[in-house]
Amino acid sequence: MRKVSAAVSLFVFWILLSGYFTPFLLTAGAVSAILVVAFARRLELVDPEGHPVDFSGSALVYWPWLFKEIAKSAWDVSKIIVDPKLPISPVLVRVRSTQASAVGRVTYANSITLTPGTVTILAGRGEFLVHALTAEGAASLAEGDMDRRVTRFEGAR
Amino acid sequence: MTPLEIVAMVLLTVGGVFCVIGAVGLVRMPDFYTRMHAASVIETLGAGLVLVGLMLLAGFTLASAKLVILGALIFFASPTATHALAKAAHESGLEPATGGEREKGPE
Amino acid sequence: MIYAPVIVALLATLALGLARAFLGPTLFDRALAVNAIGTVAMLLLAVLEFLTGRPEYTDLALVYGLLNIVGTIAVLKFFRVGDLGKEGTLEEGDTR
Repeated sequence: MRKVSAAVSLFVFWILLSGYFTPFLLTAGAVSAILVVAFARRLELVDPEGHPVDFSGSALVYWPWLFKEIAKSAWDVSKIIVDPKLPISPVLVRVRSTQASAVGRVTYANSITLTPGTVTILAGRGEFLVHALTAEGAASLAEGDMDRRVTRFEGAR
Repeated sequence: MTPLEIVAMVLLTVGGVFCVIGAVGLVRMPDFYTRMHAASVIETLGAGLVLVGLMLLAGFTLASAKLVILGALIFFASPTATHALAKAAHESGLEPATGGEREKGPE
Repeated sequence: MIYAPVIVALLATLALGLARAFLGPTLFDRALAVNAIGTVAMLLLAVLEFLTGRPEYTDLALVYGLLNIVGTIAVLKFFRVGDLGKEGTLEEGDTR
């Protein structure tokens, strides 16, 4: 099932990039997609990590929330930058991560980094070292709202 | 100009302004770790608004789909690159200016 | 007309990013600035597509974005290990 979905997504990607709908190019695209999946299978790349299609449902719930958070904190960081006093209070904090799988931890670490104002420096098992631009940003991250949402995102497949 | 073009122009301009703000932060911030936060403004809100503005102009076409792919590339790749930079800087022993030692444990 | 403000803004961003890349002071500051410049160059290429009406520019932007991340990581690895072919930070016996 995962192989079929990987091949289909690759084929869609081919069509989007080429933009030609002649029979020859469509066949070439299909053959390429199938060949790539066959090679990836030999390399053991078509697994829940390489093609995490199981998460697409919960991503539709999680991503809009993430986009909202990104916009909010980008606005906050922009206000700090244009403020003549530059009111920053950088801190290093350790935050707990309750995700079980590697995909979940990567999602959480990437979400922290994508949100302006917080960057994951070290991503270990169960605990991340995070650099925050302001103490308030660090405090709101330590509340663990994002952590819970990512754990739900990871668990809801 | 049609209303759609005006909306797109506003989005493009605001996105460009956020890019400039991020770049100003890149120059103004005191140390490497704080500069990373400024750069991520460019990569999230700046890039996002410019791409959405262009998508409005393109409409429901192949060009729009490519812009979506471009956005997805930024969305997935930029935090990875930022994290790689942060980790490399941390491991090379570059200390963040935190105004006193304030490394806290989880609450 | 639609594109004039955004192009001016992106060019200003490029100039400020270049300033940070020249000022440094550490390697990581320069790498960060180059990474940001790459993102802005992607956006500029995407805008150019609409300005000139030539659809090839988004493909260029995609390739530029891919090269951007690979380039950043290659620079980091090169300055850490001094050689792109070496195994980097892997421990002895840690082959995977």
